[in-house]
Amino acid sequence: MIQHHIEACAKVPNMKEILLVGFYQPNEALSRFLVSAQQEFKIPIRYLQEYAALGTGGGIYHFRDQILSGGPEAFFVLNADVCSEFPLPEMLAFQQQRGDAHSFVMLGTTANRKQSLNYGCIVANTETCEVLHYVEKPSTFISEIINCGIYLFTPAIFQHIGKVFQKNQQELLLEEGSNGWQRAEVIRLEQDVFTALAGCGKLYVYKTDSFWSQIKSAGSAIYANRLYLSQYSQRHPERLARNSPEGPSIRGNVYIHPTASVDRSAVLGPNVSIGKGVTVGAGVRVRESIILHGALLQDHTCVLNSIVGWDSTIGRWARVEGTPSDPNPNDPYAKIDSETLFRDGRLTPSITILGCNVTIPAEAVILNSIVLPHKELSRSFKNQIIL
Amino acid sequence: MSEVLEGAMREQEQRLGIRISLSHEKEPLGTAGPLALARELLTESSEPFFVLNSDVICDFPFTDMVRFHKHHGKEGSIVVTKVEEPSKYGVVVCEAETGRIHRFVEKPQVFVSNKINAGMYIFNPSLLCRIQLRPTSIEKEIFPVMAQDGELYAMELQGFWMDIGQPKDFLTGMCMFLQSLRAQHPEKLHSGPGFVGNVLVDPSAKIGENCTIGPNVTIGAGVVVEDGVRIKRCTILKGSRIRSHSWLESCIVGWRSAVGQWVRMENVTVLGEDVIVNDELYLNGASVLPHKSIGESVPEPHIIM
Repeated sequence: MIQHHIEACAKVPNMKEILLVGFYQPNEALSRFLVSAQQEFKIPIRYLQEYAALGTGGGIYHFRDQILSGGPEAFFVLNADVCSEFPLPEMLAFQQQRGDAHSFVMLGTTANRKQSLNYGCIVANTETCEVLHYVEKPSTFISEIINCGIYLFTPAIFQHIGKVFQKNQQELLLEEGSNGWQRAEVIRLEQDVFTALAGCGKLYVYKTDSFWSQIKSAGSAIYANRLYLSQYSQRHPERLARNSPEGPSIRGNVYIHPTASVDRSAVLGPNVSIGKGVTVGAGVRVRESIILHGALLQDHTCVLNSIVGWDSTIGRWARVEGTPSDPNPNDPYAKIDSETLFRDGRLTPSITILGCNVTIPAEAVILNSIVLPHKELSRSFKNQIIL
Repeated sequence: MSEVLEGAMREQEQRLGIRISLSHEKEPLGTAGPLALARELLTESSEPFFVLNSDVICDFPFTDMVRFHKHHGKEGSIVVTKVEEPSKYGVVVCEAETGRIHRFVEKPQVFVSNKINAGMYIFNPSLLCRIQLRPTSIEKEIFPVMAQDGELYAMELQGFWMDIGQPKDFLTGMCMFLQSLRAQHPEKLHSGPGFVGNVLVDPSAKIGENCTIGPNVTIGAGVVVEDGVRIKRCTILKGSRIRSHSWLESCIVGWRSAVGQWVRMENVTVLGEDVIVNDELYLNGASVLPHKSIGESVPEPHIIM
């Protein structure tokens, strides 16, 4: 997912370095990714691990010295779980136009009335684009303009975050409680910082109509896959697979990693991504799916609306199928719904996910199910979570 | 009456060199009334006549039935068979040695006997005196009286038997029939690479490459099965086409139907005549009426009209 963020950052002129801030334990896969990304984009990239989950603002505040080292004029903050065109150069140009070099810019987009309640809502001056009012996930309708989770800050932001930190500290001193420091450092950018900054002439919104989606559930990854592939077809068509007599049949936008091996009788697409080292056998059909690296799809299988995890195997004639959860295609501002996992006591039909190293036996059907990693199934499953 | 039926009967007449007459009820007359309707045809000779229900399958023991009937010399003989769940059928209580039937109970609520009416009879023409031309059930109204009069005898069937009125039972009956064919005429079954177990394929059918067909599959005339297809426990009727990479188990595919590519059908899915199933669908226990086109998956058993 973050490769797209990194690629977008690398496109901004004078980008000095990229820092990844998170609470995850670093592992080999991440280290390898960072090395190859640095080589590909020619820019230093580091992972900074938080010592505790510090909220959307606490992490950058904790690492403020790292961020400010080298004296940058400004820095972008991007949430990793969004899929977007990342109009970063445009945001930079917009900030410089405003005149005031200290203004902060938030990327905004339009949602429909009902769904806007799930996001941060922005009320802005239509001419100056200054943010007048900001509410995170309101219970009543505020505005259709929502926060995309992509920001352009200057070093001055840390003063404002620092104020929140001190306020938290004071409140905790009044309370009797241990671990005061840790809890004071949990800072939410949206509720604690933006709400206070609204109306002070410091925070502006840059509105975009380019594609944007949150990636909170697996279903959203399939939708994001489709958005990025569509972006490739416009900006980087050479990255997408094309029909050729010795190759598989390609329909619509399909990405095939150069090390993948796909039988020529397979039919792929639309909206399929085939990862590194994947093997796709004879007569296989894949549609609206993501096949992660090392997976093996044996002959005559059919994979629809699914994510197949690393190194999984799907046996001959098996069928792996999920249910798409796309936003309403008739509403241009509809966003993907954050689905509830269960409805009326049953699992809601959704994208099928196979964890890493899962084996699906020949001739089985896996429908609307989630299979946890390292499972070796012995029969068909429908509408289940398999532990 | 269906032209298809009449045409098929004319073919059989010529092939077998016998006369086939069709008696058509204007209103339903039950299981005995139609015999009264066909009275003239049945009494042309004074010889006994067979009455056979068309929705059963077995190794039809017609010669044995004639011998049995002539031996006891009474008015009627019924073939009976042993089943595990008798309460769905007409149950027969009879004398072990002679086969004389004491009682005849239709769909009993409690266990009476495990021998049931297999739907095949021989009667003397005198039986027709018992039947009037009105809706009449032979099991409920005629047989019990004949049993009391001591005129009804039961012959036990050897070998397999199945009531194939329901699709699920039809497939079970088909499996039994193929097994019997394996025992008696194994040369009629198909074998070779890609064929597993008992498979019956019409010579005019075409099977593609990399298919695995069987066990227990029947493929009719002019059927085309494309490459990479897996079929188990199915009947594919005449003129159908199964397109490549599909997977079928326990299905009945109706005449001239077309099943798309990468389709999965299972759990007694039945396609009527001339049904089209689009590519990449999943049909689980779907019952599809004739001439329908299916464009969406049917994930749970459902009748599509």
